Amino acid sequence: MTDSEILVEVRDLKVHFPIKRGVFLDRVVGHVKAVDGVDLRIPRGRTYGLVGESGCGKSTLGRALLQLTPPTGGEVRFDGVELTRLPAGKLRTMRRRMQMIFQDPMSSLDPRQNVESILTEGLQTHGIGADRDDRRRIIGETLDAVGLPRWALSRYPHEFSGGQRQRIGIARALVLGPELIVADEPVSALDVSIQAQVVNLLDKLQDDLGLTYLVIAHDLAVVKHISDVVGVMYLGALVEEASSDRLYSEPLHPYTRALMSAVPVPDPDVEDRRERILLAGDLPSPANPPSGCRFHTRCPWAQPSRCKDERPALREIGGSRVACHYAERIASGELRPHGVSAQVVRPAGEGEAPTAVSAPTEPGSYV
Amino acid sequence: MTTITGKKREKIDRLAELAARDDERGVSLWQEAFRRLRRNPAAIVGAVILGLFLLIAIVGPFLVPHPADAQLWKGEIRDNIGYFPGPRAENWFGVDHIGRDEFSRMIVGARQTLLVGVVSTLIGLAVGSLIGGVAGACAGLGGRWGRAVDNVLMRFVDMLLAMPSLLLAISVAALLGAGLSTVMIAVGVVSVPVFARLLRGSMISQANSDYVLAATSLGVKKPKIALTHVVPNSLAPVIVQATLTLATAIIEAAALSFLGLGNNDASIPEWGVMLADAQRYLDAAPRLAILPALAIIVTALGFTLLGEAMREALDPKLRK
Amino acid sequence: MALLEVDDLSVTFARRGQRTVRAVDGVSFSVDAGQVVGLVGESGCGKSVTSLAIMGLLPKQPGLRVGGKAVFDGTDLLQLDDRSRRDIRGRDVAMIFQDPLSSLNPVIPIGLQVTEVLARHRGMKGEAAQKEAAELLDRVGIPDPRRRLKEYPHQLSGGMRQRALIAMAVACRPRLLIADEPTTALDVTIQAQILELLKELVRDSGTALVMITHDLGVVAGMCDTINVLYAGRVVEKARRRPLFREPRHPYTVGLLGSVPRLDAGRGERLVPIPGSVRDVLAWPDGCAFAPRCARRIDECVGEPPELSLTHDGRGYRCVNPAPVPGTVPPAGTAAPGATAATVAPAEAAEPGATPAPAGIAEPGATAAPAAGGVAGPVPAPREEEKP
Repeated sequence: MTDSEILVEVRDLKVHFPIKRGVFLDRVVGHVKAVDGVDLRIPRGRTYGLVGESGCGKSTLGRALLQLTPPTGGEVRFDGVELTRLPAGKLRTMRRRMQMIFQDPMSSLDPRQNVESILTEGLQTHGIGADRDDRRRIIGETLDAVGLPRWALSRYPHEFSGGQRQRIGIARALVLGPELIVADEPVSALDVSIQAQVVNLLDKLQDDLGLTYLVIAHDLAVVKHISDVVGVMYLGALVEEASSDRLYSEPLHPYTRALMSAVPVPDPDVEDRRERILLAGDLPSPANPPSGCRFHTRCPWAQPSRCKDERPALREIGGSRVACHYAERIASGELRPHGVSAQVVRPAGEGEAPTAVSAPTEPGSYV
Repeated sequence: MTTITGKKREKIDRLAELAARDDERGVSLWQEAFRRLRRNPAAIVGAVILGLFLLIAIVGPFLVPHPADAQLWKGEIRDNIGYFPGPRAENWFGVDHIGRDEFSRMIVGARQTLLVGVVSTLIGLAVGSLIGGVAGACAGLGGRWGRAVDNVLMRFVDMLLAMPSLLLAISVAALLGAGLSTVMIAVGVVSVPVFARLLRGSMISQANSDYVLAATSLGVKKPKIALTHVVPNSLAPVIVQATLTLATAIIEAAALSFLGLGNNDASIPEWGVMLADAQRYLDAAPRLAILPALAIIVTALGFTLLGEAMREALDPKLRK
Repeated sequence: MALLEVDDLSVTFARRGQRTVRAVDGVSFSVDAGQVVGLVGESGCGKSVTSLAIMGLLPKQPGLRVGGKAVFDGTDLLQLDDRSRRDIRGRDVAMIFQDPLSSLNPVIPIGLQVTEVLARHRGMKGEAAQKEAAELLDRVGIPDPRRRLKEYPHQLSGGMRQRALIAMAVACRPRLLIADEPTTALDVTIQAQILELLKELVRDSGTALVMITHDLGVVAGMCDTINVLYAGRVVEKARRRPLFREPRHPYTVGLLGSVPRLDAGRGERLVPIPGSVRDVLAWPDGCAFAPRCARRIDECVGEPPELSLTHDGRGYRCVNPAPVPGTVPPAGTAAPGATAATVAPAEAAEPGATPAPAGIAEPGATAAPAAGGVAGPVPAPREEEKP
């Protein structure tokens, strides 16, 4: 792959949130390592899917990539431009080319703005469109593209259904003509029948406009459906990266295997026949991650030797990238899974830092 | 048969209606809140009370039967045996302790009371919102330096809050001397921390919301985000609080007047002062105390009812 | 007589100045001991209200009307006074909610909350209750249960909280368990743990389970019988395999078409249902799903479709149901008689599977249609799953 085909390149990205205590003087008592050394490349016009369970740092990674959360270390190159050291003004100009779609379409739309004003805001900020009429034309085209009627313009977010709101959110990102769209859980707040509409819309927009997506979701089936390449995150780091078909047919990392086997499939025959790999216990706290391989505390294939002490690096095995010392031996069946006793995990410091919670938030205590 | 198919046509039309929505303008949250407010009986009662109060305060002084400060019936008063002429055709609410028409004084007093309530609330609202707005914007969007600014401002507000409100008012009065403006400033200062904390808290929670993040990702500058997104969405609780503060401001102003810190110009009647004056004649002519007290209570009730109704109307949890 | 017979349950909310809302409208289903019945639907379909109505947990408010019957072991739960309902609740019927944190009292240790249930319904006290509580926590897979008893809900992770809640629910060995989206707030790996735990409970203690969820995948792996709800009514009810193999109601077909499947190939477009849940027709005016339905015909509007029942409890509420896959004759090659013959064995095979224990796969059941289908052509192969 030549450099011009890669739109986004992330190198050793780290986002650590300080845990502060104290009333007057904030004393840093530790760090939540939400993202801890992630490398990934997203080719232009492709979809990179990022999966993982809550608290694995996938949302933080998406935000850090867009510089919405300042990274602690590492590099993010967007079309050859290093974003982490870009001055604020330049970064704002760059934002036109990289947009975001949010999980909760209600809380990500200002309840006091009507659709026209929501869509005009970005255009005005970047000086797109010569005058009001020109902007209206652009907005009209965008509405058509996302499948919203023109009368939506004068309406307010609360007058729409969930799926339509998500379309407004997509239109807001799209109206600037971006190249990259980071979609953070784009369908998880929607009803099942609506999810498919939005997934298909994202697919169609990519075909029509050649967009590059980074889709972040906890729903493996959705991510697999929409992505070309899928990265699986566990406790702030990638544990496996493979093409979406390969990830399903040949998962190499034990965590990916467990994740795959845990996703319910709406087919009784498949459900009855498949073997479940039940993981013991919960996700360890990212404030105090396990030593060595972070998955070793729950891994059914964990070995007494290297797993506890040595953090495995991502290495290439037959087209996938896997961070496991024993991936080949597990794949060949040489190593057998063994029982793991659950360890107690404290929810303190669980999840990501309060500023980067991906859970839907109520838009204020009043209106 | 025809009716059945006719009915069916109707239903199919309804179906088409569902598919293609009508083309009317959207309803903003404010409009919707107002609609909800109109449906609430408490809001209507409150609004009627306040409407009357406003009307009296504005046009009342021009229509009073007697001048409010003229001691026209001084001769009829028997101070030593505690006799003041009671309600009669000429003086509907009777005569006060120095022979003035109580009814006219009540009417003219309404304007003063409204003035005290509104001005002191405005002082609190303006100063409090300024401090709270700056602190909230700094804390929510300003990064490290913003948090420092916020810290300084809020410690100042905490100091204000730590002082007992009456004590604060009395010290302001001691500083500026007794008078109507003193009362207004004192009552206003007392409500500053309430507004400041309220707006700041509300702004911080809004600043953490997804739509602010969305605006940031659009590339909108922070001051603009604060003004166009954060502030408008944080105003609702402040507006509710202002309505409720109007009620307490009137009561507090009356309390200060009652303590003798209020208006010492006897020619301009004010309900709190009237109440204070009446205390000496409580056993002889209780109506002199009851009437202004009742007026204060009813007005405060009006503001409270409206405020509570507004809180309900603006509450997102009741939206839908 | 089934353990729980819900018959024509309806819940209406009448608000002054607003249209009366029929949240649940004539829902009927029954649950036997050791059986798992699923109520599936999207938000607003009335599945949660159904469960709350059965449990008598709907907030008391003017204008609320609950009609119909919910007969549990001979007593109508809807007719009980508060006192006897409280007695039954927790002892015979228990419920698990979606959000474990808000269902647990945050200021009382887990242990006390569990022993409270034991004391109330089983009269256990002191050390005996403590011991039993620890055993319960151990049974639901909470490590180091003795110590957990002294801890508060916020000290446990989401999965552990849900386990604690299940422990409380099963503390009195209830005969019926109602689980309202028990895994929606949890991650997939934790969801798998909890679902496995619920399956075990049903298998080991013969508890009847009513599973309320929006996730078709969860239903596919657990439930014996499934009721699909839309706008407050059951639009399709069937046993698990027939429902997924031969969905008849267009809504069920649409739901199955809009879920991306993990085992599907890349590039397959989903088939969404157009519109949103808001675009409903009031049931008295016709089929509520009609505005979104791809198979809509004139008969859909005018009067509500009846729930047409076939044998073995299979039923759908549709005047123009989706054809059974494999029975549509490809350009008139198969005679109508042969078509009917194909349907019959496919469905007749199911009763054979009925006595099988809940949730256990019956290898014979899948093979049966082919064996029995000698009269007609072998049913067309359904979507073949990859291993």
